[in-house]
Amino acid sequence: MRELSLHILDVAENALTAGACLVSIEVAESTEEDRMRISIRDNGRGMPEEKIRNIEDPFVTTRTTRRVGLGLSLLAAAARRCEGAIAVNAAPGRGTEVTATFRRSHIDRAPLGDMAATLGMLIMGNPHVDFVYIHRLDGRDFTLDTRELKRELEGVDLSDPVVASHLTESIRRSLQELTAGGSTSRTREKENGQADD
Amino acid sequence: MAKLTIEDLKRIKEQTTKATALRQGDARVRITVHMGTCGIAAGARPVMSALMEEMAEADRQDIRVVTSGCMGMCSSEPNVTVEVLDTEPIVYQHMDANRMRQVFRRHVLLGEVQSDFALAKI
Repeated sequence: MRELSLHILDVAENALTAGACLVSIEVAESTEEDRMRISIRDNGRGMPEEKIRNIEDPFVTTRTTRRVGLGLSLLAAAARRCEGAIAVNAAPGRGTEVTATFRRSHIDRAPLGDMAATLGMLIMGNPHVDFVYIHRLDGRDFTLDTRELKRELEGVDLSDPVVASHLTESIRRSLQELTAGGSTSRTREKENGQADD
Repeated sequence: MAKLTIEDLKRIKEQTTKATALRQGDARVRITVHMGTCGIAAGARPVMSALMEEMAEADRQDIRVVTSGCMGMCSSEPNVTVEVLDTEPIVYQHMDANRMRQVFRRHVLLGEVQSDFALAKI
């Protein structure tokens, strides 16, 4: 996949299929340690242990319609080629947590991409599910919690397309601010240098 | 801790008071965007974003948008199924944002099936 936010959308869709009513997504980036960690935690029905042991095998899947499942295999491959790995914690009835790590500056690491689009459509498409998104970047962070949002916007239907598009725009702006705040003069110089090449 | 600001929230609320009347009544049209791994990798998210924009613009109460998983035709993803009440469901293939807008405006709003993009009737 071209963007890590697409992997996140994919794993979150799995969480929804597993009957979750709360999905927490966290992206943590550290330029100093040169690491990036993405975790997606849900309170769905979880997975039995033998599935988790072979989770990176595309021929292991919890679905019953087909014998192939590619989502986590692709995420595992993306993480491994960036000096990272994935870890899956799950138990039947106790939800699932998928964590993927990457070397942040690795040339093969896909950009996070349009996280606002991923969140916007998850929220719009699943009004009865709550989502938490936390993005940490070098000590700063951005948090979105649809439980708070629903409280603040009493009576507003988050699945309404007009609401959803405004919400997506606000998230996009906030995330841009978060990333822009991190561009120190050094990284700007680097970007300029690359542009000159 | 950065959050969506209260101003943001208020603005959303003000701008949408019109649209907040609960979407009642039965849906006349159901649009399914297939969002399995294959669909997402092939570009279902921009298709869904375009559809959300068209929905916001059309402001119609009788159209529902849902997502679903892979339907086993991964090579023709992104697939979108349009079901208009009392007509056969149409599966569209190889969708992108522009095709989605065309299908929405012509098929969903005007009832003209866009057979150029269609994969099959179900």
